[in-house]
Amino acid sequence: MSSIERIERRNAFGFVAPALVWTIAFFVVPFGAMVLLSLAHLEGREVVQAYDLGNYIKIFTDPSLFKGIVVSLEITLTVTVISVLLAWPLAWIIATQVPKRYQRLAIMLAVLPFWTSYVVRSYAWALVLGQNGVLMETLMWIGLLDAPIPIMATRLATVIGFVHFFVMLLTLTIYANLIQLSPNYARAASDLGASGWQTLRLVILPLTLPGIMTGAFLTFVLCIGDYITPQILGGNNELSMPQLIMLQLGRRGDFPMASALSVVLMLLVTLAYFATARWLKMDRV
Amino acid sequence: MNNMSKRVSLTAGALLLLTTAVQAEGEINALVWCDHTDPALLEPFEAMYDVKVNVKEYEGTAAGLAILDQSRAGDWDVMVIDTVDVGRAIDRNLLAPLPEGIITDSFYPDLVMADSNGRDGTMYAVTEKFGYNTIAFDSTKVDAADMEDLSFLWSDKYAGRIAIYDYYLPVLGLIGLEQGIATADLNAEAVEGLRDRAYALNANARQVSDVVASQTALATGEVDILIGGGEWVTAVLSAENPALDWTVPSQGALRWSQSIAVLEESGNKDMAAEFVKYIVSPEGQARLATSSCYWGMPANRAAGDVLSDAEKAALRWDNQDDYIANTQLYPTPTAELDLSMQDLWTDMLQQ
Repeated sequence: MSSIERIERRNAFGFVAPALVWTIAFFVVPFGAMVLLSLAHLEGREVVQAYDLGNYIKIFTDPSLFKGIVVSLEITLTVTVISVLLAWPLAWIIATQVPKRYQRLAIMLAVLPFWTSYVVRSYAWALVLGQNGVLMETLMWIGLLDAPIPIMATRLATVIGFVHFFVMLLTLTIYANLIQLSPNYARAASDLGASGWQTLRLVILPLTLPGIMTGAFLTFVLCIGDYITPQILGGNNELSMPQLIMLQLGRRGDFPMASALSVVLMLLVTLAYFATARWLKMDRV
Repeated sequence: MNNMSKRVSLTAGALLLLTTAVQAEGEINALVWCDHTDPALLEPFEAMYDVKVNVKEYEGTAAGLAILDQSRAGDWDVMVIDTVDVGRAIDRNLLAPLPEGIITDSFYPDLVMADSNGRDGTMYAVTEKFGYNTIAFDSTKVDAADMEDLSFLWSDKYAGRIAIYDYYLPVLGLIGLEQGIATADLNAEAVEGLRDRAYALNANARQVSDVVASQTALATGEVDILIGGGEWVTAVLSAENPALDWTVPSQGALRWSQSIAVLEESGNKDMAAEFVKYIVSPEGQARLATSSCYWGMPANRAAGDVLSDAEKAALRWDNQDDYIANTQLYPTPTAELDLSMQDLWTDMLQQ
């Protein structure tokens, strides 16, 4: 290695060092401590340090704890798929059908709900979806329903609350991807005899996969770790992983089990990352 | 550094130390439940003693004890805690003995609870507020006569119209009462025997919710009945919605009570004790009873001289002797049984 290369490498490390120190101090070390704690046990009301996988075995053998994983995955995957299906056409309309000068306004309107508090938004949905809420009153007023049907305090309410939030997020990532696409792709496809539908399906859609996958990954990460929405809208009729973690922390004082559940949650996010990694190149979004 | 700079630095340092000391003297830090965060309760005390009361809200004794574990010695001066859990804090040497004379003859005798609040004749905490975990309901939608019998909560008549308060101790206690088991007799075998009944109750309910969500559900008509509710849910809403009512059914109900204590490692014990005295004074009791977060009966009957007739009516002031006689204290499980009860509760939620 030449002296110039050594200097360049040292300089490069100098630039990276602050971020590296930050990551080690505020992620690696706390995560290590959490993993260590996840190997401990709660005996009576005391935490006893141990080094075995008892908590992890319990997570996968106790039906109530394992159901937390299943519930979280089912809700998260449902929300992600529905959000993508709604966000893509919205982003496409904004990027291709709305005149350029109005696009910024359209995007601003699309993300307007972001400006309100997340908790307030969830409570607002509780009022909309309730038995005497706006939705039921409207459906009964126009004669579609004779009596209110229960939506609030169900999984459907949780999914609606999540989708409302994540459609905005996905719209942004897909829109950012769409406006970078050259119109020449569509023109070339048309010249080669592709119909409008074929162009959309075989050309435009694959080219927006990075935007879709980036948004989908962010949706997965934020949704699977969210406590507020299922707590407010789900009515505690089933518990997701964050709710189970809060139960261990706030009520049982079982920090080892809470740590083990958090590590499992992190593993699920890591798996989601590997599943989408090939598309997660921010420069293409 | 020249002499002038040294002098300025020393003076600044001394001033900083002095300021910090004065600030510490003029503040107490209280670990409380949400009813103690009401400015209407705190401000008169702050004005009287020229002191700032910093409050941190917590839910659940385990969370409160965890906060103390994670804090430095002296961080906290006062703690509000479930009366039945005071013993846990005494076992950990967290509480300081209270000054003599705090508990007066005007306290409800059943609420003094010397066995829970004290140890070996020394009082470490004083009961400040109490109420009932029973049945709250909307009297315009529910037959009030049905609510006198706990077994109606399992009937098809009210299927899907019920919310369960998300706290395992009182609700499992109520299920036990419906089965004829006193809360004091809830051992491991008895708790396990409640499993099917708990699952059936959950199946009949719309939701299991915390304090705020429970109040909202009942107030907005999302549900018509709240199991585990009581005056703490309906009284605060009585002016806006007089249809909200509560009762103690024939099988009985559970009585909750909260205590206040001075922490052993407090650096400001005198002021902390003054705060406790204020809270159990007639004026403090009246303000605490009608706190904006939730209402509840004051442990000191002398608060009746301060409360208005309407406030006393909402609290059912005149029925308290009957209610106290027909209600039982929370179960006081051992650590193992407590975890078993929580496991049952989690299993019920995941059904």
